Amino acid sequence: MREKRELMAKTRLIDESSLKERLITIFTMWEVLLSIIFVFIIIFFSTRTRYFLNWFNLMNATFQFSEKAIMALPMIFIIMCGDIDISIASIIALCAYAVGNAAAGGASIPTLILIALAVGTLAGFFNGFMVTFLEMPAIAVTLATQSIYRGIAIGMLGDQARTTFPKTYGFFGQEFIKGTTIPFEFVLYLVLMVIFGFILHKTTYGRRLYAIGNNAEVARFSGINVKRIRIINFTITGFISGLTAILLTSRVLSVRSNIATGWDMEIITLVVLGGVSITGGKGTVWGVFLGSLLVGYLKFGMGLMKISGTLMTIVIGSLLIIAVLLPRLLDLYKANRKLRKQHEMR
Amino acid sequence: MPSNTIKKILARREAALVILLVVLLIPITIRSPQFISARNISTILNDMAILAIVAIGEFFVILSNGIDLSVGSVVAFTGMACGLINEANQAFGAVPLLFVGMGIGLVMGLFNGVLVAYGKIPPIITTLGTVSIYRGLTFLLSGNQWVTAHELAPSYIAFPRVTFLGISLLLWIAFIVIAIFYYFSRFTRTGREIYAIGGNPTAAKFVGVNESRIRVVVFVISGTLSGLAGALWTARYASAVNEMATGFEMQAVAACVLGGVNFAGGAGAITGVVLGTLFLGVVTNALPVVYLSVFWQTFVQGLIILVALTLNTLSDRRKHTKLLAQRRAS
Repeated sequence: MREKRELMAKTRLIDESSLKERLITIFTMWEVLLSIIFVFIIIFFSTRTRYFLNWFNLMNATFQFSEKAIMALPMIFIIMCGDIDISIASIIALCAYAVGNAAAGGASIPTLILIALAVGTLAGFFNGFMVTFLEMPAIAVTLATQSIYRGIAIGMLGDQARTTFPKTYGFFGQEFIKGTTIPFEFVLYLVLMVIFGFILHKTTYGRRLYAIGNNAEVARFSGINVKRIRIINFTITGFISGLTAILLTSRVLSVRSNIATGWDMEIITLVVLGGVSITGGKGTVWGVFLGSLLVGYLKFGMGLMKISGTLMTIVIGSLLIIAVLLPRLLDLYKANRKLRKQHEMR
Repeated sequence: MPSNTIKKILARREAALVILLVVLLIPITIRSPQFISARNISTILNDMAILAIVAIGEFFVILSNGIDLSVGSVVAFTGMACGLINEANQAFGAVPLLFVGMGIGLVMGLFNGVLVAYGKIPPIITTLGTVSIYRGLTFLLSGNQWVTAHELAPSYIAFPRVTFLGISLLLWIAFIVIAIFYYFSRFTRTGREIYAIGGNPTAAKFVGVNESRIRVVVFVISGTLSGLAGALWTARYASAVNEMATGFEMQAVAACVLGGVNFAGGAGAITGVVLGTLFLGVVTNALPVVYLSVFWQTFVQGLIILVALTLNTLSDRRKHTKLLAQRRAS
């Protein structure tokens, strides 16, 4: 009994830490760190160029990153389960080709949307099926399907482009919500973010994703159909890729076989930067939202300062590596502190 | 006993590839008899030499249960660097450039390796990042310019085509690389340790294998060989373009998977990789013969990887059930 009381006192001592301790805990939280960096970026660019902090410009900039931010949402699910999908840019290209081709044949807008969503869903389902059926790392399978999906687009299009679209098709990717200066794409992103956030944080499906990411074996033994959930994740990602293909083709109104090249890396960067652990089981939709805004406005600001696209690619690539490296160091730091404190207790 | 079974499996994979090659060659040759002419064969071999060099580097990374997606970008950067050096100083010939290429590649591979081994960043993320970083650096280095054929020294361009004993220098270099790394993978301590880490890292660590060191070594090998390939690439294609070797990692991975290298690490052999490269070369070269436009090359490559992956898994599964049945019987 006495021992128990002593133990409780000790744990309370660890829990009820001083103000300094609590501040350190808060400031080493990934989302808080991201917010601070985000504010710094805003301040930095606002002092550098007067075109940055301007409502219309800030809203217009969302055209440049909404599509990638949307793709990052289903990618959270995939990475949460410890998988990865590096074929999404190719699925987008395949859907874009299908849409461009159908549009050139005179298809109506609802048909185009249906085609894109169907092709994307099928491609995603195929990924999920192959990953679980072959029991291979997702990287191996999606590396192959990356070539297959884009290969179809390249093979069918060659060096040609499809540029005929229905008259009002440009709405999805170019227009604003009526009477405001908020792009439709961005609103769609916010809506999807809420939906994905709800699924991840408020439903059993979401809790299962965390369980699988932390330990797939244990999750399986506790009655979760791991394979089915992984297939669903890939299928959702395919579906959203189809959606993104609509937005992208609507924005640029032209389809070439190299459309969306390099998006895989950037989208994975958004997810990882948002605090989703690359080994799975950790992360929030909120964090990925912050990560997406951060990268989006970082690129916008760099663009305003006439920094070349090449340099931006280097920055994004480095961000990806830093985003994985930094939480590791933070965790190490936290673990060390905890150990030291437990040591002092004794 | 186990070494015997491993040998059997490997023999089967390589035998299967050879049979598949022959089966593939028969209809192609019927369609176009020139396909197996000495000239065309030497073209295929020369085309494949650079890929073989890069694929061997990729082989060691996959063997250690990693992946190196940055090889294409390393080829581009070193190729561009060699092109620029040669343009600035024509006296700086092919042989020193090969070493410059290897040196730069080594540093780039080392960077990957250190991030993976000591930063504990998964190889896929590390190299996904460095793909962009190295490619971006290529554009920065060249100032978005190309190095064209007439800006390069004629001796540098001619280098891969010089023949010795009837075989081009490019092929000789590939042969030497294959021989060295065949020996390295089979008969050296480090080579065997790579297999051990890939097969079962925990067990390997318990018998005293330094995991971090092995992870750095495989990326250094991959980087160095990609650097060598870059120096050769610029000479062979007589130009250095910023976009060169884009997607080359795909072909390197395809060659490995075709050659029976297990994606989960720990199994595979150089001979398989070489045959896999050859197979890819024949398929790519045969596309026009079967009236398929070159635009379908990417698709065919992806399909080949997927089919090879499926075959690998299915044959693994059959082996497992056989083993289980044997165990039950005894």
